Amino acid sequence: MSWLETLRTGVNGVRSHRLRSSLTVLGILIGIAGVIIAVGLGEGASSQVTSEINALGSNVLTVTPGSSTSSTGIRQALGSASTLTMSDVSALESKVDDPDVKSVAPITSDTEVLTAGSETATTSVQGTTPSWLSVRGRTLAEGRFIDSQDVSDHTAVGVLGATTASELFTRGDPVGQTVDVAGVPVTIVGVLTSTGASSSSSTTSDPDDTLIIPISTGAERVFGGTSRNAVSSIALQAESASDLTGAYQEADHLLLQLHGITTASDADFTITSEASLIAANTSVDHTLTILLGGIAAISLIVGGIGVMNIMLVSVTERIREIGLRKALGATPRVIRRQFLVEASVLGILGGILGVAGGLIGVLYLPGLIGDPMTTSPTAAVGALAIALAIGVLFGVYPASRAATLAPIDALRSE
Amino acid sequence: MITDPTGNPPVDAVRDAVIELERVTKVYRTGSISVAALRGVSLTITEGEYVAIIGPSGSGKSTLMHILGCLDVPTAGRYHLAGEDVSHMSETALAEVRNRRIGFVFQQFNLLSSLTAWQNVELPLVYAGVSRAERKERAMDALGRVGLAGRVNHRPGELSGGQQQRVAVARALVTEPDLILADEPTGNLDSKSAMDVMRLMGELYDAGRTLVLITHDSDVASAAGRVVGIRDGLLSGRDESHLESQSIHS
Repeated sequence: MSWLETLRTGVNGVRSHRLRSSLTVLGILIGIAGVIIAVGLGEGASSQVTSEINALGSNVLTVTPGSSTSSTGIRQALGSASTLTMSDVSALESKVDDPDVKSVAPITSDTEVLTAGSETATTSVQGTTPSWLSVRGRTLAEGRFIDSQDVSDHTAVGVLGATTASELFTRGDPVGQTVDVAGVPVTIVGVLTSTGASSSSSTTSDPDDTLIIPISTGAERVFGGTSRNAVSSIALQAESASDLTGAYQEADHLLLQLHGITTASDADFTITSEASLIAANTSVDHTLTILLGGIAAISLIVGGIGVMNIMLVSVTERIREIGLRKALGATPRVIRRQFLVEASVLGILGGILGVAGGLIGVLYLPGLIGDPMTTSPTAAVGALAIALAIGVLFGVYPASRAATLAPIDALRSE
Repeated sequence: MITDPTGNPPVDAVRDAVIELERVTKVYRTGSISVAALRGVSLTITEGEYVAIIGPSGSGKSTLMHILGCLDVPTAGRYHLAGEDVSHMSETALAEVRNRRIGFVFQQFNLLSSLTAWQNVELPLVYAGVSRAERKERAMDALGRVGLAGRVNHRPGELSGGQQQRVAVARALVTEPDLILADEPTGNLDSKSAMDVMRLMGELYDAGRTLVLITHDSDVASAAGRVVGIRDGLLSGRDESHLESQSIHS
């Protein structure tokens, strides 16, 4: 008996018990849809994290002021003291002391209200140097970035983030326009390319909602503050990802020396890899995915047990049919195949409908729960394979029960 | 024809034996209790014979039918079916022998309710690996021979008991088997349908088929060319082969 005939017989067996087959299929459907949605959530979260890491710039370390423990032994909050200065920046820029540091971008930042005509926007204004662009791994959508001439001349020019640009200038080109920042008219010379990172992210502030101005302009004209030499943070770009550790040690050593601190635990600054912060967040997402995936896996097993249960009932109920088929010449192998095919058809049907249900969920759920989700062809194909495997796996026992029935016992039963 | 006390007719040189049972026994064991259902049965049935095996319930006739039909194997003794020793065959080999050599007609009809008449008839050909087109043609032909050419697309539920049994006869015929084995074929039928089915069996006999009929009803058995009695697991010497069966089934 050919596989095609076996398949035909199996499909016929499924079709002749519609209600029972649909309920079994439903069990698999829910499990598979669950897997697709769980994977969609997990991959959505991780792709969001990946785009955030890319937005931050690769191989970047951030030095923030503030000590873990002050000299008086009182713990202070990060960033509460302005211990980082432009002289630290110049020292870090020296290739001699820290060869693994490729470029350095000091950042001063504050939240300011921006006004352009009738439009206003509250955004993070960052004073920095031209190296910021490469350190952060950003590109320009149009215009130019601030240059060293702007920094030395304290020019009132700025570069807008994509989101801020579209908020302030709903129509027309922002480049060449003037934005009022804390009473200072700043001429927009460029617009940054959107990073594409989601604005709903809680990991970092939206990298597209910003205004970049020369650090000198910020210190002298825009931001207030006592120390014009202080910086809010220093971004360091390592030569490559593998040099990140080296860059960390060099910067740490250099800054400790500059600040005259002998004990590392007394450091009045903190160096963090922003990727490591995100990695912590990613592991939370991972836990969530594993949890959801676990629930989906359990429901798949339950669905599989459903298949086995139905197939066992089916074998018992169709004991005369089995006996007859054997009397007419069906070998045990043919009978086993018939029931395996029936179980697999149930599994595959559940798989196809489950993938469809899962994809619908992935399409519409993000609108309801606000989390990004990704459709993954791998997950869809994998889920189908799992559904088929479940059908076969949980069909094996009922099928061999059917195959080993003695034809006379099967025929005799009422 | 004269039979010896074991029920064997004289050796016929012209006709080949379809069934040769030699001292076949069958013992069922349930725990420590063993029951001998057959206690040394020898029987030869030649090609083209119409034999009825008659016996009350508990006589061992069902066991004999199972062994004749290769649904079960003897505990001891030899069974040659169409010259082939089937006494010690594996389950798979027996399935092939049943498919190739035996056509079954059961008391309960045993049609699959989800399939149409012709799909039921083609079933043994599916297991024989016959192509789709040929199967349908042969199934239609067999249904025509039992007078159901107009009912080929009906499902068993839409047919009367007599018609269902005729579908079952068509299914037994379709493989052109060496032996047609009918187990109480009229047991579930009213007398008119029973007569129809018996007439059909008579026609098959006339067409040269080898038929074995298992029954407890001597009226039904009287249609056969030879009647073999069975009681307590042994064939009785009852010889009714001289009966003028022609007058009954024609």
